[in-house]
Amino acid sequence: MRRNLIVGAALSSIVVVAALLSFVWTPFDHAQMNIPERLQTPNGVHWLGTDHFGRDILSMVMVGARTSIAVALVAVGIGMSLGVPLGLAAAARKGSWLDELIMRGNDLIFAFPSLVIAILITAVFGASAVNAIIAIGIFNIPVFARITRGAALSLWEREFIMAARVSGKSGPRISVEHILPNVANLLIVQGTIQFSLGILAEAALSYVGLGAQPPTPSWGRMLADAQTMVSLAPHLALVPGVAIILTVLGLNLMGDGLRDYLDPRLRVART
Amino acid sequence: MRSANRRAAPGPKGGCESARPVGADRALPGGTAGRSVCLAIIAKATRMTLLAIKDLSLTIHGAPILKDVSLSIAPGEIHAVTGESGSGKSMTAFAVMQLLPNGAKATGTVTLDGTDILSVTEAQMCSIRGSDAGMVFQEPMTALNPVKTIGDQVAETILIHKAMPPAAAKARAREVLTRVGLPENRFPLSRYPHELSGGQRQRVVIAMAIALRPKLLIADEPTTALDVTTQAQILDLLKGLVAEEGMGMLMITHDLAVVADMAHHITVMRRGEVVESAPTGQLLAGMRHDYTKMLFAASKHQVDLPERPAPAPLLEVRNVSRDYRLPRTALFTPPGMYRAVSDVSFTIDRGERLGLVGESGCGKSTLTRAILGLEEVQAGQILLGGEPVFTGHKPNLAVRRKMQVVFQDPFGSFNPRHRVDRLITEPFHLLPDPPTGTARDAAIAEALTAVGLTPGDARKYIHEFSGGQRQRIAIARALIIRPELILFDEAVSALDVSVRAQILDLLADLCRQYDLTYLFISHDLTVVRSVTDRVLVMKSGEIVEQGATPDVFANPRHPYTRDLIAAAPVMPDVTEGAA
Amino acid sequence: MLRYTLKRLVSLIISLAIASLVIFFVIEVAPGDPAQFMLGLNAQPDTVAALRAELGLDVPKWERYLNWVGGMLAGDFGTSYTYRTPVAEMIADRLWVSLPLALYALTLSTLIAFPAGIYAAARHGHPGDVAVMGATQLGVAIPNFWFAMMLVLIFAINLRWFSAGGFAGWDEGFWTGIHSLTLPAIALALPQAAILARVMRSSLLDILGEDFMRTARAKGLSRRQALWRHGVRNALIPVLTIIGLQFAFLIAGGIIIEQVFYLPGLGRLIFQSISSRDLIVVESVVMLLVFAVIVVNFLVDLAYAAVDPRLRSRT
Repeated sequence: MRRNLIVGAALSSIVVVAALLSFVWTPFDHAQMNIPERLQTPNGVHWLGTDHFGRDILSMVMVGARTSIAVALVAVGIGMSLGVPLGLAAAARKGSWLDELIMRGNDLIFAFPSLVIAILITAVFGASAVNAIIAIGIFNIPVFARITRGAALSLWEREFIMAARVSGKSGPRISVEHILPNVANLLIVQGTIQFSLGILAEAALSYVGLGAQPPTPSWGRMLADAQTMVSLAPHLALVPGVAIILTVLGLNLMGDGLRDYLDPRLRVART
Repeated sequence: MRSANRRAAPGPKGGCESARPVGADRALPGGTAGRSVCLAIIAKATRMTLLAIKDLSLTIHGAPILKDVSLSIAPGEIHAVTGESGSGKSMTAFAVMQLLPNGAKATGTVTLDGTDILSVTEAQMCSIRGSDAGMVFQEPMTALNPVKTIGDQVAETILIHKAMPPAAAKARAREVLTRVGLPENRFPLSRYPHELSGGQRQRVVIAMAIALRPKLLIADEPTTALDVTTQAQILDLLKGLVAEEGMGMLMITHDLAVVADMAHHITVMRRGEVVESAPTGQLLAGMRHDYTKMLFAASKHQVDLPERPAPAPLLEVRNVSRDYRLPRTALFTPPGMYRAVSDVSFTIDRGERLGLVGESGCGKSTLTRAILGLEEVQAGQILLGGEPVFTGHKPNLAVRRKMQVVFQDPFGSFNPRHRVDRLITEPFHLLPDPPTGTARDAAIAEALTAVGLTPGDARKYIHEFSGGQRQRIAIARALIIRPELILFDEAVSALDVSVRAQILDLLADLCRQYDLTYLFISHDLTVVRSVTDRVLVMKSGEIVEQGATPDVFANPRHPYTRDLIAAAPVMPDVTEGAA
Repeated sequence: MLRYTLKRLVSLIISLAIASLVIFFVIEVAPGDPAQFMLGLNAQPDTVAALRAELGLDVPKWERYLNWVGGMLAGDFGTSYTYRTPVAEMIADRLWVSLPLALYALTLSTLIAFPAGIYAAARHGHPGDVAVMGATQLGVAIPNFWFAMMLVLIFAINLRWFSAGGFAGWDEGFWTGIHSLTLPAIALALPQAAILARVMRSSLLDILGEDFMRTARAKGLSRRQALWRHGVRNALIPVLTIIGLQFAFLIAGGIIIEQVFYLPGLGRLIFQSISSRDLIVVESVVMLLVFAVIVVNFLVDLAYAAVDPRLRSRT
């Protein structure tokens, strides 16, 4: 359905525009405390209200979008740049020790969900946005490796690959010239989904204090701060929560829309 | 006329007396004496008819699929519907079962044993399917549920119609499986589909279809996916069942030899319409329609091959064996080996057209890959023009550029994202200094022209071409580096007969023009017979017989070759000109 | 079947061995000496040395690894640096909160997802399907900890049906325990149910396009009968994979949800231990989580074989 693509792209671009806009303009300074104006509900001056330090919530949400997008984007980048070549290599040498090694390595990473990886990293190196990126990125590697390998394997059975081999082309060359372009659509769609999962994971990590550290604003931290005051000022929890939901919803809709638009038969792993 | 055809149809004539008088009741709503006499005649005809399709038209999401299709089947009659792809023959069968895709709209009447199928509810249709009409499908490998036993799946036909209590249904399932040639000692009810071969699975599908002794059996290309010897057995089984049970059978097939061999009545379809319909003998004796004549002529097409030059060896295969590792059966024992090709030797002379025939799993694909230098062999040598295709453990590019290959699947053998010029120039990769600029354009134009396309096609994408045109492009790709040897791996198997005849003629022309040597790998004896000088017969990784093609077909020496040739359905001689 | 099980078992043991190595050596590269950290900066060097000896930090790395693994196999997880109590005991207490929570959530999510997914597939393209898909699209997008906060706001603070946090313990009776785990389990289960329902639906839709479904219809089965008798069991194969993966997410998600509800589970233990640099506790809890994930995936592999006869005969 084309509708998914349009609605999804619209929602996602609102978030991206807000994040970009925050570099040059926010309604207020997002870090400026103003105790007399604390815990205001949404009004004409502070469109989305203020928090317990009197900071403007809209400004914080805009800057927080930056953190979310940056973490998720880099994590997807890590996952793709390592996972896709591994998947291509495994498929090109199906059944070899290399394939076996890559797939078993993947299984092992799947046994450490991203939060557990984050805990390990934080326990050793301390909490930071960079460590959150690494934790989410590592978990993305096997996702991309698996999906690339799966799609590439079925392509390797096709006769046009056989024709390329008869033309004397090497495995790596065929992977780049024939396999990669034919799995690109799949990777774009999976990338969108992993991006949305990255946003959720970043929020969860910073909620438990393993992500971006203050004063960097992030949606997860805003929720953690709001928790103690949820009965007093529900909007503190509502605003960042809705921001997360709309972003993830937008990205997922866009992913579904892209899949239908690019190729209705694409198989995408949704986990 | 149609009623005349029906009378001519063979089958137990007693069936018309025993038929229920439903049709008669409907056809006689009362009226004037003259009219009722007339109606009584129709009623008599109806009683003899098991299935009557009249003016059936079908659209899917508005696109016309069938137009005014009419045919009828009597009990005990085998009625074959044939035609090329896109003729609507399978849709006709699915319309009778009302198993049409979403968005399908059917008009006209389809009367099965007095019931108008197009007007009954879905619930009533469910009670007809499997009970009054059974169906056998094309692809036995996927037609069975992989997680249920064959016994359960056969018994389900009986249980779903509440025809018998479970214990009796199980006994009947056993009986019917034995009837289709799956005896209890080797095929207990507890077997799963994956433990059976394709032919055995097709027997299970047939057992499910006939478990409740339906009046009508529909078979949609029941043997297309099977090897020729298995095909013969399945066709015999179907013929036997029809005769034994007095069923009517609607058989959908593209294979005219099968049609001529077993049908009592033939209907030829093209683009959703019936072109010609007559009892088999009558149709073969005098075809009225040009399309029918063309179809039969194309199936028997003989290619006019140029003379062979004086014998000089080009490809030498010497004592080649190829082993595959089997998956380990136990953790610490070494994995077993499977010898796919065993000690095979043969030679192809320059300018020769050699055929390699065998059934699936005989090792012919493995041998093809070994000749192409895609896989290393474990023993023996493959020499092309005196040089090995493998030197050390690397394929030898200098040798590889002397041969090219054309594959079976006209849809899978091109990267959908590249244009024709890029696709057909891929073999240039084998050349030390491939042509560029105008030389490249000239080579592309020449190759495309040689295969009957135009240079302007170079900038198109592959999806803009039909199956036959794609196979021409595949040949252009093989031709562009001027190889000495071209391998055809089932290269015409996926094509309709009329297109196939054209491609075979093209191959003969090219052979004349370019001094080519061909190796034809195929399961299709008719094709191999028409385009080769010499033939090799392969079985279980070994070559069991070789010789000049006419000799092997006339006097097969090895029992396996004899079986193969006996099993292949033969096109009858068609007498022309009665039209 | 036995061979298949044994093969899976061997790969389970290898996975566990590698995972334990990874965890041990990641923790080992941690900067700072735990004994120094626990005693503070002004501690006497000989006091630190004594503590190091007591904690077993003075032997070579590989020996400590073997001691750690050997100890775990014998049920001895070592002694907490900070609490000076056996780690095994601390974990056992917390496990009685975390494990029931994960199982409760898994049950809920399966109970919701299966009917929803099957219903949507059966009504493919109809309003019922669109509604279910819309709901799951939203469910996938909701962060479970935020959903948990909203549940607390509505059901604990406003309606007062549940307590806002804490765990009554199992001593008060089974239902009291279940009651205090209900909101956390719902918060964990619903987003997972949305994913599972989508997988169930798409897997079933794939199966509905298979040839054998057409064969079933040709036998006289109605659309619904074919779906239940031939579709669902085949569709389960990919669904089982997701359930296995989800267990990993439920365990990890549980750690976060425990924070929202102040539940004394493994999650709280692990965060306390990180802040007090009680690395032996972190190490053991992480190992336990990974152990749980690997074992669940082993069980999923066995479940495959139960569903799919093709796996049983293959080795």
